[in-house]
Amino acid sequence: MPVLELANISKHFGAIQAVNDVSFSLEAGEVVGLMGDNGAGKSTLVKMIAGNFHPSHGTMRLDGSELVLHKPADARQHGIEIVHQDLALCNNLTAAANVYLGRELRRGFGPFRILDYGAMYKRAGQLFAELKSETRPRDLVKQMSGGQRQAVAIARTMLSQAKIVLMDEPTAAISVRQVAEVLNLIRHLRDQGIAVVLISHRMPDVFDVADRVIVMRRGRKVADKKIASSSPEEVTGLITGAIEQVA
Amino acid sequence: MARSLGAHAFQERSIMAVTLDQTIAQKQHTFLSRLFSNQTFWVVIAVILACLFLSFATDSFATSKNIFNITRNVTFVAIIALGMTFVIITGGIDLSVGSVLCLCSMILAVTMHAGYSIEIGILASIATALAVGAFNGVLIAYLGFPPFVVTLGVLSVARSLAMVASNNTVVFQFGPDHQKLLSLGGGAWLFGIANPVLYMIVLALITGFTLRWTKFGRHIFAIGGNEHAATLTGVPVKQIKVAVYMISALSAGLAGIIQTGWLGAVTTNLGTGMELQVIAATVIGGANLAGGVGTALGAIVGAALIEVIRNSLGLLGINAFWQGTFIGGAIILAVLFDRIRNFRRSD
Repeated sequence: MPVLELANISKHFGAIQAVNDVSFSLEAGEVVGLMGDNGAGKSTLVKMIAGNFHPSHGTMRLDGSELVLHKPADARQHGIEIVHQDLALCNNLTAAANVYLGRELRRGFGPFRILDYGAMYKRAGQLFAELKSETRPRDLVKQMSGGQRQAVAIARTMLSQAKIVLMDEPTAAISVRQVAEVLNLIRHLRDQGIAVVLISHRMPDVFDVADRVIVMRRGRKVADKKIASSSPEEVTGLITGAIEQVA
Repeated sequence: MARSLGAHAFQERSIMAVTLDQTIAQKQHTFLSRLFSNQTFWVVIAVILACLFLSFATDSFATSKNIFNITRNVTFVAIIALGMTFVIITGGIDLSVGSVLCLCSMILAVTMHAGYSIEIGILASIATALAVGAFNGVLIAYLGFPPFVVTLGVLSVARSLAMVASNNTVVFQFGPDHQKLLSLGGGAWLFGIANPVLYMIVLALITGFTLRWTKFGRHIFAIGGNEHAATLTGVPVKQIKVAVYMISALSAGLAGIIQTGWLGAVTTNLGTGMELQVIAATVIGGANLAGGVGTALGAIVGAALIEVIRNSLGLLGINAFWQGTFIGGAIILAVLFDRIRNFRRSD
C-alpha cells in the first residue's frame, strides 16, 4: 500500500491554475524526484502536502485514510516533514532554537512549563553529529555557512519519526561537497523507510539519488517514470515541452 | 528516536567530542566579547558613570529625595517600554501607548468618580486597554495593516475618546475609594521604595522571564527574525501578534492606573508624546526596530538613561531647552554603536 496517495489534486489562486488535476502515489522507502520549470506548480503541490495550502479540489490519502490538513502542524503530526527552499530559518536564533521552532521542548508541569534549553541543545547536537555537520547548537544561524544552515533545516525533519520528507531545492545554493552530503542524507532517510520527495532543478542530483521521476509542466503532471527507464534528455524535453507527455 | 545505528556509533562519538570541545572553547571565547558587544551593557555603564559624575559634581543629585524622584519618573516610561519591547521584537511598533495611557487613566477616574469601587475602576480600565490592544492587533495581524498606520490612527482616537469620556475636564475626585487609589500609586509599601518602582520591578521580572523561558517568548523572537519562517514552521504568528499589541496596550493601561494614583488627578493631555519617549527608551536599551532583538533590562536602563540625562541637565543648571538635543543625541549615539559593531562584523 502506498504511504501517500494524491487523487486529482488541483489548486488555483484566483484565476491562476497553479496545480491542475495531479495524481500520484508514494511508497515507503522511495525517493521521488519532482521536476519542472519555474512556475510548473512543484512548490504549490508540495505546500499542499505540507499543510501550507488547501487543495481546491481532489483528495489526499495517508496510509489509506483521508488526509485533511489545516496547518503545517497537522502535517507534522501525521509524520510529514518539509525542508523549505529558503530553509525557513530565523537568523537571530540559535541553531537549536531553529531546529525546535514551533515544537519547543519544555519542562515543568501544567501551566508552569519553561523552555528546556539543555535538552534542546543536547538533541540538536546529536542530530548535527548524525548528519556529520560541524554545526554547533548554540551558534546563531546568522553566523553560519550555507551547508550549516542546510543541516539545521534538515535536522528539523529528524526530530520525530517522519513517514514522508519533502525537500524543496535542497541542493540549490550549496557547494559541491555539501551537495554530496545532502544526497547521502537523502539515502540515509530512504534506508529508514522514509518516502522522500526531492524537488530539484539539478538533473544529476535527481538521477543520482531518485528511484522515480515525476515531471510537471504548467500545473499538470506530464510524466511519472522509473529513473532506470528514463534519461536526462527525455526529462529535459518533458520539462521544456519539447516532449508533450509520456505514459 | 535513535536513528544512529551501531556502525556509525564510533565515528559519531569522535565527531561529538570535537564539537563539544569546540563548543566549550567557543563559550569561553565569547563570554567577554559578547558582554562588550552588548548595547545594553554599555548603556548600563553610561548610566552608572553619569550617576557617579553627578554625585560628585552636584550636591543635590545623590540625595534620597532626588533618587526617589528619578526612580519614580523612570517607572512610567519604563513600564510601557516593557510592553513596547514585545511589539518591537516582533518587528512592529505601537504609537498609541501615550493616548491609551490617557484613555485608561480617564476611564479609571470617571468610573471611580461616578461612585464605583477601585476594583471596578481598575477592571474597566484594564478591559479598555485590552480592547484597544486587540483592535490594533487584529487590524495588523489579520487584515495586514502596517502597524505604524493603525497605531497612529488609534493614537488620535484614544485621546479623543478620553476627552469624550471626561468632557475634557480634569478629574481629581475618585469617589469612595479615593484614598485607596492615591496610596496604590503614591505610597511606598516596601522599604520606602515608591510603589510605582515596585510595580516596575515585578513587571520587568515577568517580562524577562516570558522572553527567555517561555514558548511564547521564543516565538516572538522568531517572528521578528523571520516572520515567513515562523509561519512555515507552524508558529501561530497571527495570534501572537494580536497578543503583543494587547500586552503593549495593557502596559500602557497599567502605567495609566499607577500614574493616576500618583498624580491624584487626570487631565486629557496626560501621556502626550510619551510614545516617543517609550520607543526611545527601548531603542537606547538595545532593541532593534527591524525586529528580533530586545530585552526587559534594556527597556529599563534605556528609560533610566533618558531620565538621568533630563535630571542632570536641571541639576547642572543647563537650560531646559537643551533637553531634546541631549536625549536625541543619546538615541543616535546608542544606535551608532550598534552600526559600528555591524560594520566590524561584516568586514
